[in-house]
Amino acid sequence: MTLDNSRRRFLRSLALGGSALALASCDRLAQGGSFDALLRETEKLTLRAQRALQGRHALAKEYTEADLSPVFRANGTQMPDSDEYASLLENHFADWRLKVDGLVQHPQSISLDELKRFAPRTQITRHDCVEGWSAIGKWQGVPLGRILDVAGLKPGARYVVFHCADELEQTLDGSGRYYESIDLVDAYHPQTILAYGMNGKDLPVAHGAPLRLRVERQLGYKQAKYLMRIEVVDSFAAFFGGKGGYWEDRGYEWYGGI
Amino acid sequence: MTTPVLAGADAGNDTPVAPRRRLIRRHSLVVRLTHWLNVTCLSFLLLSGLQIFNAHPRLYWGQYGADADHAFFEIGNRADGDTLHGFLRAGPLRIDTTGVLGVSNEDGSPTARAFPTWITIPSYHDLGAGRRWHFFFAWLLFFNGLIYLGHGILRGHFRRDLLPDRDQLSPRHLWREIVDHARLRFAHGEEARRYNALQKLSYMAVAFVLLPLMVLTGLTMSPGVDAAFPFLPGLFGGRPSARSIHFVTASLLVAFVVVHVAMVILSGLWNNLRSMITGRYAISDEDTSP
Repeated sequence: MTLDNSRRRFLRSLALGGSALALASCDRLAQGGSFDALLRETEKLTLRAQRALQGRHALAKEYTEADLSPVFRANGTQMPDSDEYASLLENHFADWRLKVDGLVQHPQSISLDELKRFAPRTQITRHDCVEGWSAIGKWQGVPLGRILDVAGLKPGARYVVFHCADELEQTLDGSGRYYESIDLVDAYHPQTILAYGMNGKDLPVAHGAPLRLRVERQLGYKQAKYLMRIEVVDSFAAFFGGKGGYWEDRGYEWYGGI
Repeated sequence: MTTPVLAGADAGNDTPVAPRRRLIRRHSLVVRLTHWLNVTCLSFLLLSGLQIFNAHPRLYWGQYGADADHAFFEIGNRADGDTLHGFLRAGPLRIDTTGVLGVSNEDGSPTARAFPTWITIPSYHDLGAGRRWHFFFAWLLFFNGLIYLGHGILRGHFRRDLLPDRDQLSPRHLWREIVDHARLRFAHGEEARRYNALQKLSYMAVAFVLLPLMVLTGLTMSPGVDAAFPFLPGLFGGRPSARSIHFVTASLLVAFVVVHVAMVILSGLWNNLRSMITGRYAISDEDTSP
């Protein structure tokens, strides 16, 4: 039945063409413009709703040793590709210093040994990647709030920006360097720590040695690795893409609580 | 629409004796609005959800789950010389799905991606954009669901229209409905005034079980929500488990929609569509015996 066949073919191409057209218009809507701006408004609603439900100090669930992932997947950079990092690593980070500056009263330059002299906090928490996988690990470090207290915040301080040693994307202008930012609510959260230990050992290079951020109520891309410098700011608009982080500049939400 | 309340004439084109046809009010405005908003939300949620799934197309059960852990379901690919083969694996079962799942054409060349471009939003790989679409429509679905549930409870819609009547729940009646559905025999006359029991049970399953489960498992995947409600991951056996339930429940919803749309078409497409648009549903008083 050629008539039937051609009719069927026509209907099928109509359906396929229709859905292709619909999806193509979704693609167009997704690429900037007012609809994309509307979609981005959702992030504010999510942030406000979650903050209202959490309160300041609601803790992320802490697990037991029995729950630890047998293999904790290392993600993003596994080994920063720079001479500076290579020489720091060679020296077991004896020359590494964490700089704390920006809107602080007393800028700091803290060695790993000095960090370890602060009362440590150990927590077994779940790391949730934006992609959908989860891993449970044990982290040991110093609460970020302690470091900020030592440095003393200046009026106007609103965000803490984390500058990292790794370049996730090789670019000429340096915009491929990893960085992240959180606000002061998360910065002073009791589980927000600068971790130098993982699963009972020194933080491995693949997981961000010598120091990484743990901000447990948010997704994996917020957990910046290879920390070099902490900068307290009133706005992160001036950094790189202006969205407050490496992945944020590439389309992820700044608030990674969902 | 200007359909007359008594529309006996236009139904009698192919029957010698026109049965009397009355239009009854079937769906309230709130039910109609929330229904179509629901259709919109679920469509975008499904397509953007597949984009998100593509970022890590493996499902786990438990408190953790990543590449080194056992996945009970996976859409993946393997290289065989120069060619890529796509596969779907559920437990020990593995089927070759090259061309559709695991490996499909993107810009004309076979590309490793779980779901193909023609079923994801955006069509190209962009997890960030997929998440923006997903969360926007998730919020919309949430508010829409609140309105629907509030209206259904306060205005008696659930009690009156969705709760099966006593006579509909007898095993004999249920069996007859199953047989009638299988033979595509649908209710006429007075009996068509109410939903049949299978309809009621499936609508209740969707409204009170599947959709709330979608929302709850979706929320459980959020580390921020889990901090606010620490019982949530435990309720589903862990975040990876909640993610798996999210995927399975979405599949059940797709299955529901397939059957639902088929039934809408088979039991009178225009009458059903009109009732969900204008609220009016035609009932014919013709003799139901064959």
